[in-house]
Amino acid sequence: MENENIKKAKEICSETISGIPLKLFYTPDDIKDFDYERDLGIPGEYPFTRGIRHTMYKGRLWTMRLFSGFGTAKDTNKRYKFLLEHGETGLSVAFDFPTLYGRDSDDPLSRGEVGICGVAISSLADMETLFEGIPLDKVSTSMTINGPAAILWAFYIITAEKQGVSPEKLRGTIQNDILKEYIAQKSWLFPPEPSLRIITDIMEYGSKYLPQWNTISISGYHIREAGATAVQELAFTLMDGFTYVEEGLKRGLDIDTFAPRLSFFFDSHLDFFEEIAKFRAARRIWAREMKNTYGAKKKESLLLRFHTQTAGCTLTAQQPENNIIRTAYQALQAVLGGTQSLHTNSMDETWALPTEKAALIALRTQQILAYETNIPNVIDPLAGSYYIEYLTNKIEEEAYKYFKKIRELGGMVKAIEMNYPQREIADAAYRYQKAVEEKRRIIVGVNDFILPDEKLEIPILKIDPRVEEEQKERLANLRKKRDNNLVNKRLKELESVAKGKENIMPPILECVRAYCTLGEICRTLKEVFGEYREKPIF
Amino acid sequence: MERKLRILIAKPGLDGHDRGAKVVARGLRDYGFEVIYTGLHQTPEMIVKTAIEEDVDAIGLSILSGAHLTLFSEVKRLLKENNAEDIHLFGGGIIPDEDKEELYKMGVGKLFGPGTTISEIVDYLNETFASKQEK
Repeated sequence: MENENIKKAKEICSETISGIPLKLFYTPDDIKDFDYERDLGIPGEYPFTRGIRHTMYKGRLWTMRLFSGFGTAKDTNKRYKFLLEHGETGLSVAFDFPTLYGRDSDDPLSRGEVGICGVAISSLADMETLFEGIPLDKVSTSMTINGPAAILWAFYIITAEKQGVSPEKLRGTIQNDILKEYIAQKSWLFPPEPSLRIITDIMEYGSKYLPQWNTISISGYHIREAGATAVQELAFTLMDGFTYVEEGLKRGLDIDTFAPRLSFFFDSHLDFFEEIAKFRAARRIWAREMKNTYGAKKKESLLLRFHTQTAGCTLTAQQPENNIIRTAYQALQAVLGGTQSLHTNSMDETWALPTEKAALIALRTQQILAYETNIPNVIDPLAGSYYIEYLTNKIEEEAYKYFKKIRELGGMVKAIEMNYPQREIADAAYRYQKAVEEKRRIIVGVNDFILPDEKLEIPILKIDPRVEEEQKERLANLRKKRDNNLVNKRLKELESVAKGKENIMPPILECVRAYCTLGEICRTLKEVFGEYREKPIF
Repeated sequence: MERKLRILIAKPGLDGHDRGAKVVARGLRDYGFEVIYTGLHQTPEMIVKTAIEEDVDAIGLSILSGAHLTLFSEVKRLLKENNAEDIHLFGGGIIPDEDKEELYKMGVGKLFGPGTTISEIVDYLNETFASKQEK
């Protein structure tokens, strides 16, 4: 009987969603070299596999942070206040497409997209409205902004200044991860070289004046949503992280001044154990590389702190209420994986931005997990499981294969220019689609368990088409009211700094104070830096 | 030998969600269509120009940004303006039923939503062009 079982354990029976072959069950044989001190250690100690803090959620619960923004700054301000009143603990701004591309609401290319996928923010005036009545020394705010991150950050810093809150008190994150934009999310502005210069300027400025601010959130989320596997998400994200570290070092910055402010952002997809293993492997790899390869000395420099979002791409338009269940599992994975901050998707998000009710259920999903289940009270409870430790090792091993490959190609920027990660992701996305179409992968309500003649029965948030007109009027007024001579002077000063080597943040802040718009600042920078274009592949 | 159908898959506007467009482009190619993919951030003008220059039979627009009403109607209008109404316009993305109805009234072809298989799109294109040839 025993022999039969051992035989079974050695057979490959299935695979993870990312294609890692799986046996029917795992035994000590699968983690033969396991060494507790070397591979895990206690929580809060190197290599931090089990978590970055000694007390984890007993010390501080994860931040419940819902990505949110729609319509005008006024509409979104109301939603933020609603979420804060109901127990949300951090804000997260979703900008509309024009803002993500550094374009004003009245730009011809913005037509039809103003306030639709997020909130429209074209100037300091919009940012002031967005946070009206929300004291910026009391909340932490995450902003999903990349190409024009420096400018939106400047909007935020000056908004705080006008509230009487000084920069060193500000807590939050700008995503500011341009490499994954080229790879996956595709909201870029400038080519890689000037983009990396701006990012390094931001890291430098932040380490001096905003010590509590995460100046970059190195993101796997969008890479995963574009179709990557768990291993690809992890490998490309960490490789992007190494690239930013190397840029900082090239600038002559001391690693221990900027590394503690690097943060991460991952996806929590469908494969329960694979995702937990991914989070654990991420911490271990980052700590090791920061210590051994980059010579970081401070403990804080070794910690991979991360935000998690449940996987938007796993939500289904069909039977949308089922998405509540999917999201709950994915939230649990993130917590078992030791996340610092969590966004739970709302059930209606394949259709539109969430209604108030749907967003509230998403928040309640986290609160139930936090306060009712007793799960947060014991750290990394899956440690020592043969399966989890095997998967953690395996994902780490596969990630190192990608690091090697990308190094051979000349680094991440070169690899991106060659479309290497883009091609890997497109291939994985296509394989996933095939698996779904051939029913090798079941999606409830989509390719099985279908409700015939299903009608959409949940309410969907509609953006008033007046938003675009209102925004245009606001901008026209602003352009009339402000001191346009000062605006032109500030833009000229910015242009000259952009052409030189000085830090770009101070002149951007001056532009913002003078109410230069996002579009005006970005146009000025584009004239100096040029615009990025991709070679499309499929 | 029968001429292969030429399909332009296009991403209009600022929307960066290109996973679906790329999967569809590749799927159609695997089914034997000739596929051209525009890449991102195309204006309706650019799309119609490419469609005419490449002599395509159909344009598939992929829009997940919510800007479908503006963008489909603009492409439709430009096709007419350029005497290229024989180019069939269809698409996919997140498009609520009532907006679909409005676009169908404008003469836009089938709009596919989440969960669509490649073979459904293939069947649709084959049927559409088979009936065109019969006429």
